[in-house]
Amino acid sequence: MEFWLEPIIQGILLGGLYALFAAGLSLIFGVMRLVNIAHGDLIVLSSYVALTTSVMLGLHPLAAALIVVPVMALAGYGLQRLLLNRTMGNDILPPLLVTFGLSVIIQNALLTFYSADPQKLKAGAIETASLGIGPVSVGVLPLIVFMTAVLVIGLLQWMFYHTALGRAFRATSDRQDIVQLMGINRAHIFALAMALALAVTALAGVFLGIRTSFDPAAGGSRLIFGFEAVIIGGLGNIWGTLAGGVILGVAQTLGAKIDPGFQVQAGHLVFLIILAVRPRGLFPRID
Amino acid sequence: MPDQTLSVSRSTRLSTVAMGVLLVIIVVMALAPWWAGRADLRLFGEIFLYLALASLWNLLAGYAGLVSVGQQAYVGLGGYVFFALTLLAGLHPLLAIALAPLIGALIAAPVATLIFRLRGAYFAIGTWVVAEVFRLTAAQVSALGGGSGISLPVSVVTTLASGRFLREALAYWLALGVAVVVIGAVFLFLRSRRGIALMAIRDNELAARSLGIDIWKTKFVVYLVTAGLTTLVGALIFLQKLRISPDAAFSPNDWTAFVIFIVVIGGIGTIEGSIIGTLIFFALRETLADLGTVYLIAMGLAAILIMLKAPSGLWGLVRGRRGLELFPISRRVRGLG
Repeated sequence: MEFWLEPIIQGILLGGLYALFAAGLSLIFGVMRLVNIAHGDLIVLSSYVALTTSVMLGLHPLAAALIVVPVMALAGYGLQRLLLNRTMGNDILPPLLVTFGLSVIIQNALLTFYSADPQKLKAGAIETASLGIGPVSVGVLPLIVFMTAVLVIGLLQWMFYHTALGRAFRATSDRQDIVQLMGINRAHIFALAMALALAVTALAGVFLGIRTSFDPAAGGSRLIFGFEAVIIGGLGNIWGTLAGGVILGVAQTLGAKIDPGFQVQAGHLVFLIILAVRPRGLFPRID
Repeated sequence: MPDQTLSVSRSTRLSTVAMGVLLVIIVVMALAPWWAGRADLRLFGEIFLYLALASLWNLLAGYAGLVSVGQQAYVGLGGYVFFALTLLAGLHPLLAIALAPLIGALIAAPVATLIFRLRGAYFAIGTWVVAEVFRLTAAQVSALGGGSGISLPVSVVTTLASGRFLREALAYWLALGVAVVVIGAVFLFLRSRRGIALMAIRDNELAARSLGIDIWKTKFVVYLVTAGLTTLVGALIFLQKLRISPDAAFSPNDWTAFVIFIVVIGGIGTIEGSIIGTLIFFALRETLADLGTVYLIAMGLAAILIMLKAPSGLWGLVRGRRGLELFPISRRVRGLG
């Protein structure tokens, strides 16, 4: 029993990180129907920004997050206002191809500045600290990541349904044209959504960098994990995203228990099975 | 009032001349083993294989609206099918190449039923997941070298043809042949009933459906044909390389990023665009070969700029409002005076 309990708990906690990867993706899709192919590369970019700030200023990576999060949010606002808003329309081709180009640019720019060597954020004692809960021991850092994910998703949910900004997001999502008549600037709302998404992304990037080593090519799989979590959970359901992340995380840790080379593949297979059986995801939002 | 006879035709004087020139180019290129050096022959072969990949991706994304960022799945599959059939099953290389597209299409059928459930942009990432599944699976096949890959033994290579000249010429002719077949197939398909249905779907899905076009089936057929032919190109790519590994076979940069940039820069949604894009890509690569990452950054910037400022690409700029066509696809009314 304990043999399986340990990886399941680890998988649940890993799912928190995947939910953070997915939350930004889900948010921008929900508000403006944009799928950002560069999402994974923006996560890895955040890890590198955290690396540079923590090394240059001698900060703990978690303290560096206080700088990385606003920096990435600002970058997100600029990115949407200056570039991505020009691609928004009925045709899905321009946003897809522009974010694809962006993905290749970010990856190769990171390769030029930081080389292909794997890097890691050094967080000291917290990396190895663990708590004994009953028969199993749980890492403190994965627990912090998971609780942050729950908090972030709870805040996003609250923001969506209980604030003026959330109302503007939902209204824009429903009718982009009518919302303009109500005095809402669509371009600004889109940019705010992207800023918020990249703030979450920055957090994910910091945690990713502390948990594992990363290199410029790591973005692709982060995008895929986030995407799988979104689809498993059900489009448009932000709590579903957390459930999707947890299912993906558990699938991966159980897969690794069977064979270390099977970890990532197990996650993909669970995703494909759910796509075959429940194409709308496990918890689709009822429209 | 004089008799005015109206007629509808596809060809124009320009397109007739263009088709003639194209025929001459094909003949001249078919004779390349006798007039070009070994290095040039390799380069030409690579150009033709990229031309085929670009034309196929253009059919998929530019005409069928199926934007895939995971076509490396089929390039890699083709390479592995070719290696498995020759190395493990002991088939003649040419037979293995002939079987590759069938196997590719066969595997693409269940894949398509699965990922067609993902709409629009999410379909794109779904194709990427499939490519990753293929790559991870290939890495598990220890008989083909697992994660580190394997080379094609000399014994297999020599069964292709006896002398080196003939072998290299054969690999080149296969590359030229596949480019001609792919572009020819795309051209004939677009002129057919199904091709017109496809363009109708692209222009207005709702209107197309109301005319009785089965959208799912049309896209399914295009996906299958594209996957089969991409698998064939993959087999030929690794016949040229003579060595395969999961990372090289399923490389998103080599088989998808470059191909997308070629099509976008040349002009998405036209046959001519893919050809121009391929020529520009190789012209730049041959002059800026050493720049590596900078080259990819420049290509990415160029693609973004084109998508924003001239979404129909360089051919779109040449084509202008008159709608010049080298490949006669659209119908024109003549005799309106």
